[in-house]
Amino acid sequence: MIRRVYKFRLYVAGDAQNSAQAIANLTAICRKHLPGRYKIEITDVFREPQRALADGVFLTPTLMKLAPAPTQRIVGTLSQTRRVLHALGLDAANA
Amino acid sequence: MKTSIKATTGIPGLDEMTFGGLPRARTTLLSGGPGSGKTLFALQFLVHGARECNEPGIFVAFEETPARIVANAESFGWKLAQLQPRSLYFLDAQPQPDLIQAGNFDLSGMLAVLGAKIKETKARRIVFDALDIVMALLPDAAAVRREMYRLHAWLLEHGLTGLITLKAGEDDASATHQPFGFMQFMVDCAVILNHSVVLGVSQRNVRIQKYRGSAFNENESPFLIGKSGCDVAVAQTLSSADLKVSTERVSTGVKRLDTMLGGGYYRASSVLITGFAGTAKTTLSGAFAEAACRRGERTVFISFDSDANEVIRNLASVGIRLDRYVKNGCLRMISARTLVGSAETYLERIKTLVKEHRARCLVIDPVSALSKAGNELTAHSVGERLIDWSKAGRITLVCTRVLDETSVQIEGSSPLQVSSLADTWIHLNYLVQAGERNRGLSIIKSRGTAHSNQVRELILSGDGVTLADAYTAGGEVLMGTLRWQKENSERRAHEITEVAGKHKRVLLDAEAAELEVRAKSLQVELLAKQVEKALLASSNQSREGELSQGRSRMRELRGADVALGGRK
Repeated sequence: MIRRVYKFRLYVAGDAQNSAQAIANLTAICRKHLPGRYKIEITDVFREPQRALADGVFLTPTLMKLAPAPTQRIVGTLSQTRRVLHALGLDAANA
Repeated sequence: MKTSIKATTGIPGLDEMTFGGLPRARTTLLSGGPGSGKTLFALQFLVHGARECNEPGIFVAFEETPARIVANAESFGWKLAQLQPRSLYFLDAQPQPDLIQAGNFDLSGMLAVLGAKIKETKARRIVFDALDIVMALLPDAAAVRREMYRLHAWLLEHGLTGLITLKAGEDDASATHQPFGFMQFMVDCAVILNHSVVLGVSQRNVRIQKYRGSAFNENESPFLIGKSGCDVAVAQTLSSADLKVSTERVSTGVKRLDTMLGGGYYRASSVLITGFAGTAKTTLSGAFAEAACRRGERTVFISFDSDANEVIRNLASVGIRLDRYVKNGCLRMISARTLVGSAETYLERIKTLVKEHRARCLVIDPVSALSKAGNELTAHSVGERLIDWSKAGRITLVCTRVLDETSVQIEGSSPLQVSSLADTWIHLNYLVQAGERNRGLSIIKSRGTAHSNQVRELILSGDGVTLADAYTAGGEVLMGTLRWQKENSERRAHEITEVAGKHKRVLLDAEAAELEVRAKSLQVELLAKQVEKALLASSNQSREGELSQGRSRMRELRGADVALGGRK
């Protein structure tokens, strides 16, 4: 099985509580399910609104999975771990 | 330039209803059912701001793609391409269909993006179209409420004039139970659009539910989506109703009627002709149209009853020739039987037609057709607005109204209310006498004109329309043959008296002449008598003289005693 690297871009809104939660949840998921093969880029919509506009991100926090294809987006604090894993296709792989 | 506390919307009528526009730097909620015109309303508000008020705007589209909105707006001639993106920016904020939710989220991202855009474009107005779409994504009512407050606070912080549109049911009584009901309490102004069908006729209404810190027109007003966008139908406000009045007269097309009215109708006045079917209302309005065309004034004749060609043919039979004016383009005949819609749409169509034709005179035959289309409540104000509008445009308006045979003879119980607003009201009726039905014309009112109070007989013939004095005898009005007979017998009686008078005069002349002759002969006689008398007097004197002479002579001759003369 090819061990692909997962690239994520997480849009957050400054230091809002749900943004901090999303960062924590994403990091925890990656450490557990994708050890050593993930990249997280955190983008603050207040600092880089043009990027949010370009990506069409209007809800925060929003997680974009850029690789592997297809790109996906998940909004929210990512607290529902099973749902996130299912969406990323990680539940079956690690079952 | 001083900024007012209200932001004009550019929607005709709405700015009158709100006394100046939506609250500036505050939030307005616009709710309505599907197809009620929310998006159009909101877009018109932005276009007006960008074009007329130098206030750039942002349109946040949650439901439709900006491209579609722009394409839909093209038909109103707003030329959005000219405004984009500096004065009018569209943000496509439609949620992605493949969006996955996992946990709490909020709208901060969107507000951050918009904050950056506002800095860039200096936007003053913003529209969130179909906010309910994004609110539906939120997990619970508490989240919805939280995001609403976030949005509201953000709008106030940026000092933007905001307009949020929401889908809502038709029944606004239940508004507070709807998921977004609390929005109506939060915002400073709430406008409700509704689109309903009344007796099979589509009817759009707009109502201002609340407006903090301002007076507003609280009634529901009809509006329609016309050629250039939304158009709210409101009666003229005082400022616009203050018009220059004219003292110029225009002919009614009937000479005698002009005289009765002191020269004709006033220019830019409104005239109502009422009467039962067949009382020559169309004829009278046709005469007016012909007279207008003869003066070279462009005229629109709208017939709700019959085909334009039929009207022309029928009027030609009484000497009113309209065909030549149709040919030279002066007169535009429109048969409105083909039009469908509510009274509002009729009014809009009429306005457009008159504008297109640049008409100075307008005939609507009959105006009562307006109230048939749609419900009576809205038709009520249509008549009023028709009159106000034609006055403002200095158009002389003649409209007819068919009276119901069963209704009270003249008193207008019409929902149109034209009768009380019209400047001149002419009533035509029938008088049935001696097996005849004759037409009577009376002027019920004519503002600013000393007019005749008498009923005249209206006579139609191949030569045209004429009026005759009705014959009043013993408190009864006679018309038609009876009038003619009465006039004839009157004339005969008059002749007889005249002849008798002449005869008497001749007799008297003769008598006088005789007396004069007698007087003359008596005078002559008198003279003769006088002469005779004088003659008599003088002959007496001479005889006296002779007598005394004779006596002295005799004394001489006798040589009588010197008694007195002494001796010689």
